[in-house]
Amino acid sequence: MLKLDNICQTFNKNTINEKILFENFNLEVKKDEFVSIVGSNGSGKTTLLNIISGNLIPDSGKVFVGGKDVTKLKNYKRAKNIARVFQNPELGTCPSMTIFENMSIADNKLNPYNLTGGLNHKRKDFYRSQLELLGLGLEDRLNITAKTLSGGQRQALALIMATMVKPDILLLDEHTAALDPKSSDIVMQLTEKVVTEKKITTLMVTHNLRYAIEYSNRCIMMHEGKIHLDKSGEEKKKQTIADLLTVFNEISIECGN
Amino acid sequence: MGILSLAAGILEQGFIFGIMALGIYITYKILDFPDLSVDGTFPLGAAVSTKLILSGINPWIGLLGAFFAGALAGMLTGFFHVKLKIKDLLSGILTMTLLYSVNYRIVGKPNEFFMGENTIFTSVNSLFPNISPVLKTYTALLTVLVIAVLVKYALDWYLSTKSGFLLKSVGSNESLVITLAEDPGKIKVIGLAICNGLVALAGAIYSQRSSQFDISSGTGMLVMGLAAVIIGTTVFSKMKFLRITTGVLVGMIVYKACITLAISSGLQSSDMNLVVTVLFVLTLVLNDLSKKKGAAKIAKT
Repeated sequence: MLKLDNICQTFNKNTINEKILFENFNLEVKKDEFVSIVGSNGSGKTTLLNIISGNLIPDSGKVFVGGKDVTKLKNYKRAKNIARVFQNPELGTCPSMTIFENMSIADNKLNPYNLTGGLNHKRKDFYRSQLELLGLGLEDRLNITAKTLSGGQRQALALIMATMVKPDILLLDEHTAALDPKSSDIVMQLTEKVVTEKKITTLMVTHNLRYAIEYSNRCIMMHEGKIHLDKSGEEKKKQTIADLLTVFNEISIECGN
Repeated sequence: MGILSLAAGILEQGFIFGIMALGIYITYKILDFPDLSVDGTFPLGAAVSTKLILSGINPWIGLLGAFFAGALAGMLTGFFHVKLKIKDLLSGILTMTLLYSVNYRIVGKPNEFFMGENTIFTSVNSLFPNISPVLKTYTALLTVLVIAVLVKYALDWYLSTKSGFLLKSVGSNESLVITLAEDPGKIKVIGLAICNGLVALAGAIYSQRSSQFDISSGTGMLVMGLAAVIIGTTVFSKMKFLRITTGVLVGMIVYKACITLAISSGLQSSDMNLVVTVLFVLTLVLNDLSKKKGAAKIAKT
């Protein structure tokens, strides 16, 4: 489904701050895999997502989505197949528009945004049923603007919006990091539900080792632009948080942290 | 009669420049793009309409031509900003600067008078030849009122369409638009086109009303429009039953009323810029105060 082929990426090239992050980096993700990616700050997790989404064009190497070479495609064109939820809850919704307007606009993805009515009244009940699943009471408040929602509520809404039209690949960029523990759990459970129900290939960057172990079926640990650990299937099931933490501490100590 | 005609004058000006303010509302409030090209597209509208009228073309088509010319100029600003990656403020200034030469070329001189030529106002008057003389003094006001209200409703309608929804999201959250697999640059260009189209339309109406073209008539248009938008969006956002677009139109009327009062209280017309600036700063400060008050209210509850 997703393939990164010999990716090289250097930041601040030819300056004193030059940092080589990826050197011939390779990664292949199969269809329906739920990959969690952990690693210390600066290990290249977010850069990896940026390269996949097209926000960053790598120095060299190729990106394939569903067997198609998308290396040269702009970010908004790649978004036809790729959805993304950001760490910042404000980036997933339009703050000045109501929940109903937000959901209608997300529902129209891949269709033309023309001069027909923006609100999709026919699907209002469906939107309501989607919001009901959250248990946050949003289903009765379709007409309030998104900016009045709390971070957790906005992130939950952002997740529903990102997956409303099923993407081939879902990128989750520390999407629970800005939320309190309870909201994080709600959003994480929602994530699992959506991903398994709709069968979406998912890459989730997280700092929460428990989420990384519990919710994924493949776990990758990154370190200095390399894959330090990659467990899937039976191997992954045996992995515990303690195991992961041990490896994590090892690499952190290596860096002198 | 003195007060009545003064009020009629204020309203007339308010509606003409209100159309411009509606355009500026799109770029400044919705797109978050301080677009200075409006100082050039206002006289551009006047130039195109003047040229068409002098060529004997129907004045209503003159308005249409002005709108499209303005839209094209707006797209040019968009091109500078989106494709050539020039900063928003500078993109507008570039368009404004080059439009000066364009406007001069279109009319051929910096000033042109066309008293006695057909305008939309004479064409409305000729529709009602038997109108009473009292009403006749107000036909111009009614004409601009109808146009302004039509523009307002057209804008309200557009903002409720799918395309309008995208326009609203691109200003407040560009990454959402990218997630929706749409090109944010394209939407910005559309917004700039509508804004400058409306500003040029206002310029054309203004020029037809006064039967003259003046190449420097665009100076200070952005500041004037912004003042109205800020008055309209802050003062009238408290009244939930009013749409923001209505607030912007009323904002321009309030603004024009303040200016007229200042002038009639003995100031010279060259003092206008001073009055405008004071008024602008006042609205900004009041805006800030009312926000703080609102925040304090929320904090108390």
